[in-house]
Amino acid sequence: MRQKAGWPALVFLAPALVIYTAFSAWPLLATLRLGLYGTDDVGHVSFVGLGNFARLLFDEHWFAAFRNAMVNNIEFFAIHTLVQNPVALLLAALLSLRGVRGAAAYRTVLFLPTLLSVVIIGFTWQLILSPLWGVSEKLLTLVGLGEQFGPWLGQEETALRTIALISVWQFVGIPMMLIYAALIVIPEEVVEAAAVEGASAWRIFWSIRLPLILPTLGLVNILTFVGNFNAFDLIYAVKGALAGPNFATDLLGTLFYRTFFGYQSEMGSATMGAALATLMFLVILSGVGLYFLVIQRRLQRIAS
Amino acid sequence: MNALLRPTALAALALLCVARADAGTLTLESWRTDDKTLWDTVLLPAFTKAHPGITVKFTPTAPPEYNSVVSARLASGSAGDLITCRPFDVSLDLYKKGHLEKLNGNPALANFPDSAKVAWQTDDGKDTYCVPMASVIHGFFYNKKIFGELGLKPPTTEAEFYADLDKVKASGKATPMSLGTADQWDTSQVVFTGIGPNYWKGEDGRKALIAGKAKFTDPQFVAVWQDMAKWPPYLAKGFQAQTYGDTQTLFASGKAAIVPAGSWDIAFYQKEAGLDFGAFAPPVQKAGDPCYISDHADIGMGINTASRNKADAKVFLDWIASKEFADLYTNKATGFFSLSKFPIDVQNPVARQMVGWRLQCKSTIRLNAQIMSRGEPSMENELWNVNSQVLNGKMTPQQAAERIQSGFAKWYHPGAAK
Repeated sequence: MRQKAGWPALVFLAPALVIYTAFSAWPLLATLRLGLYGTDDVGHVSFVGLGNFARLLFDEHWFAAFRNAMVNNIEFFAIHTLVQNPVALLLAALLSLRGVRGAAAYRTVLFLPTLLSVVIIGFTWQLILSPLWGVSEKLLTLVGLGEQFGPWLGQEETALRTIALISVWQFVGIPMMLIYAALIVIPEEVVEAAAVEGASAWRIFWSIRLPLILPTLGLVNILTFVGNFNAFDLIYAVKGALAGPNFATDLLGTLFYRTFFGYQSEMGSATMGAALATLMFLVILSGVGLYFLVIQRRLQRIAS
Repeated sequence: MNALLRPTALAALALLCVARADAGTLTLESWRTDDKTLWDTVLLPAFTKAHPGITVKFTPTAPPEYNSVVSARLASGSAGDLITCRPFDVSLDLYKKGHLEKLNGNPALANFPDSAKVAWQTDDGKDTYCVPMASVIHGFFYNKKIFGELGLKPPTTEAEFYADLDKVKASGKATPMSLGTADQWDTSQVVFTGIGPNYWKGEDGRKALIAGKAKFTDPQFVAVWQDMAKWPPYLAKGFQAQTYGDTQTLFASGKAAIVPAGSWDIAFYQKEAGLDFGAFAPPVQKAGDPCYISDHADIGMGINTASRNKADAKVFLDWIASKEFADLYTNKATGFFSLSKFPIDVQNPVARQMVGWRLQCKSTIRLNAQIMSRGEPSMENELWNVNSQVLNGKMTPQQAAERIQSGFAKWYHPGAAK
């Protein structure tokens, strides 16, 4: 039986395989290969082996930029993990409670920012937070916190955190929906049985609901990780490709943009950009690999 | 199936050929998205009137993407016939890669002084690849109403400059100076290279850096950052998050007395805001000092070597070099001044005032535009950052100078390379 299924299986797989190979696998491999080449002044491309990587990691200026972007990226991811996902869990838990009035409306409203263009998000928040004509200072003054206001998007200490929180505000809807979907499929009998046994709502959440949605939480985290390490658009929309002030908001994505496309008088280099893209790929790959090896396996064991 | 497909394909191919071989149509690449109406309704009709056989299409790309988009289009062979040239290294790079036509010996080039042509020549000055179009001039604008109410005069020296700022600040009527550090480019291109030439003596200082006879850590450069470090008290609260758009809006709404500006801003403040304002050149250190201005060659035009219609492109380029264009462009694109030798009657009062500085002061270009920004790290990007951090109070003038000098010294060895 199995052998006979051979060629039809191939036929059915072919469209996906061809499209995936042509638009995903091949460009990825070509990028990895391009990272091993160098470009000279007149645009000739030649093989340089690991030269680009050596420059990225051992040249003082390149490494300083790379390390800065990497550290910022880790902070960016940490803020998402510590703020976005717990808030999403809380919102999903509240929405999945029985008898919440207007749950559907809340769900829609909380999900809406995700659908907006990042340019609109960036522009709106820049206006809200503007020290010249933004509303945030007045609002803070109303509750007696006017003194706490600062030009958050313009200060080295606060710019990255502010942008990360804007990003959290925009994307919190996605993990919320995923977790919400996982919460509502938990069989009622299990919850009811626990209630009959005398478990409190709190206990039910911690001992029954949470373990059952752990695989989803894992998935949410890994999606956040991949998304954050590829992040670019919000920084570009709000702070431009130079990711100021003093590169305080520079992520791997913006560094890659400047390297690959160039910026102002800085010439872009496709080969150096490809090398940086390779490093980004390796960072993401190792993160995802670690997750699958260490966490996902254990989750399955608990779930089964 | 085949029988049906073939004629369709042939027809498509034929159509493609017709489109490609359509003589007399030129496509013009530019980053001046703001000028689209001007080109479509004034400049191009004027050209077509004189040269009825040639149609030119103006297809601009947004400024931040222009450099990368055009170089990608040139590399893939899909770029337009005429390329608007950024000054110095960006275009030089295109020329070196063989994308821009050599214009040596073109009689139209005689209409321009050497100082204008240098922005689109190879380092040795032998090859020219773009026709100079226009420059922009940097200085300050002041709100005439606020200055009038407080009895202030446009300053000529630094002492007067700070006295004016102090009086505005003391009056509490307006923000003394509108400037922010969020976008970063303005603190470098408008402020640093705008006020700096008075300190480093314009071309002398710039050429000394290129010749390796001066360093950024020398007093004439550090002094510019020291001057800028005095500005934060005069800026709006929260200027660290103020964008260039905010800066324009603040001055346009009459809430700021002074704004460091470029001549390209004239049209905005007049048309959009209807503001009554004047201009003054960057103040000199002591009364009687010679003055220098940043009169930066900004726009040129060249021909794509892969153009299928070079003959017509040359006709267009000759027109760009003509008096008619110089006159039209200077007066219609307010704030962009023709680089040609033709005497032009500038009608806009503020523009006329700014172009008048050319007679009183010596002109120079933006400090790092030639040669200095081609290395790694890119000095242009470094300057944006460093200048903003000096204004933010996060970097001392000395640290700024050291950072720029160390980045420059890393790749530039004037003994070895020209």
